[in-house]
Amino acid sequence: MSNALDQTKHLWTRVLERLFSIPWIGPAAAAVVIYGFFAITGGDKGFLSLIGTAGWLNTAAELGIIAIPVGLLMIAGEFDLSTGSVVGAASIIVALGTGFYGLPILLTFGVAICLGIGVGAFNAFLVNRTRLPSFIVTLASNFLLAGTALGLSRLIAGSSNVSLRDASFMEPILAAKIWGFNVSILWWMLAALLATWVLRQTRFGNWVYAVGGNADSARRAGVPVTRVRLVLFIWTAVSAAFVGALSAVMYNQGNAVAGQGYVFQTAIAAVIGGVLLSGGFGSVIGVVFGTAIYGIVSLGLFYTGWPTDWLQTFIGGLLVLAVLTNNIIREMAVNRTRARR
Amino acid sequence: MTEPLMRLEQVSRSFGNNLALAEVSFEARAGEVHCLLGDNGAGKSTLIKIMSGVMPPSRGQIHFEGKPVHFASPRDAQALGIGTVHQDVGLLPLISVARNFFLGNEPTIGAGIFRRLDHRAMDRVALAQVHDMGIRRVTDASQMVGTLSGGEKQALAIARALYFGARLLILDEPTAALGVKEAAIVIDQIRRARDSGIALIFITHNASHALSVGDQFTVLMQGTVAAQFRKSEKTRAEVLDLMSGGEGTLLAQGGG
Repeated sequence: MSNALDQTKHLWTRVLERLFSIPWIGPAAAAVVIYGFFAITGGDKGFLSLIGTAGWLNTAAELGIIAIPVGLLMIAGEFDLSTGSVVGAASIIVALGTGFYGLPILLTFGVAICLGIGVGAFNAFLVNRTRLPSFIVTLASNFLLAGTALGLSRLIAGSSNVSLRDASFMEPILAAKIWGFNVSILWWMLAALLATWVLRQTRFGNWVYAVGGNADSARRAGVPVTRVRLVLFIWTAVSAAFVGALSAVMYNQGNAVAGQGYVFQTAIAAVIGGVLLSGGFGSVIGVVFGTAIYGIVSLGLFYTGWPTDWLQTFIGGLLVLAVLTNNIIREMAVNRTRARR
Repeated sequence: MTEPLMRLEQVSRSFGNNLALAEVSFEARAGEVHCLLGDNGAGKSTLIKIMSGVMPPSRGQIHFEGKPVHFASPRDAQALGIGTVHQDVGLLPLISVARNFFLGNEPTIGAGIFRRLDHRAMDRVALAQVHDMGIRRVTDASQMVGTLSGGEKQALAIARALYFGARLLILDEPTAALGVKEAAIVIDQIRRARDSGIALIFITHNASHALSVGDQFTVLMQGTVAAQFRKSEKTRAEVLDLMSGGEGTLLAQGGG
């Protein structure tokens, strides 16, 4: 009898250890619990409806497209706080170019993406060259770009807000809508698939973990540390530029000062998604769940009918919980369980 | 005697006005362990950095297989088969044994955009190599390196250097932070590497560790060679005296 009990207990320990070895299990469990919470409190008011579901998925999608590379960058031990300005600048480039000057959408979209490449390369260059913390480097470029975008927009169009009437063939690619679901959800899933592949199945992915774990060890093992950072900074800024262009086409306007919310929301989504602030550990699937949590909370609170003023309190609490849980899971992973691929 | 695998001739290195290493001659022979001893600040780290290509000497010449060589970077040294296991072992605690083992040399399968890590080969080879080193407790190559003990990490780092073609292995205090049992595993590895024809440079503070595997000994003091001898040239007592500080003996010999 006691033997049978022991075996059951042993089985449970094994199952638990197995579960803890999956880096995204925490964020996935949290997402289910939080979804359940809002399903109970806001389900009868429309949270579970098709529109309610589309609402939080749409919010999560645009955030998630940027949060995924931000997560990779954080695994590599760096921050990017310049994403907000890239979103705003890209949206105003597309709106000004196509809405104000009447240039072809493909050209202005291309310019916006090039802006992303430029900002990413600039961030990477400064971080690699000076070894200043990326926190301060990208914060500076966020301000540099925000001011420049606003100044130029007012100079050219006399306003920070420029409308965009027709994006021709880019309209269905960036702004299609089916039953309230934006096409950006598809782009988000594509971004997640690509990043998962890169992180788990490529040499570059191994280098991302190594650079964040210990850049000196990585360098001595022959990892091109500066190139890894360059690629990740560009990846992040290009993703932000993509979201900026997408929002310009979707909302038929560009706004030079829009997008600043992404600066912290992307980092929050990555941390809630189980990425270690100190780098070297995390997963793309975790970041996807972290972003979903952000979307569920943002929209869920609205459906409960409670004052949405408390949204940030809720997010702040979640963030504290996530950081604490991440540390515990990291300790457990190092102390006894097995790693993921 | 045959030509040493690597020979340093009157190598000096200065930092500004500070002479860290003064006319040090040093050699590493295939199938031998050369123990490098000396207090902190004696110039051991500078010598290691010169031999592993981290910094060039200010004066003097490095010969490898009898030919003069210049290392512009650690990669140049690695290309010749000089492997260095630093004190911090250079492993990443939060990624797997297999990913650590192949870091920087990951095998891939497939081509183009389908080119991907060969996880199966990585797991198989890493596990076999670690087992060969006598580390039996590791049964799963997907285990995080953070779960390994200090000795197991050293063993993994040495196995990695040897697998990727090291002919000269520089071990920087590999037994320093280890318990008795763990140190014995590492010493055993050193012995086996030596027997398979690898040239080893073994930096240590521990007299009995050095004596148990050393064929040749160099004691550095204030950037100069205070003593250099082969195992048979000194008695065990003399070696112990030299290594346990031994200033009295050295000063009496005029070496300080």
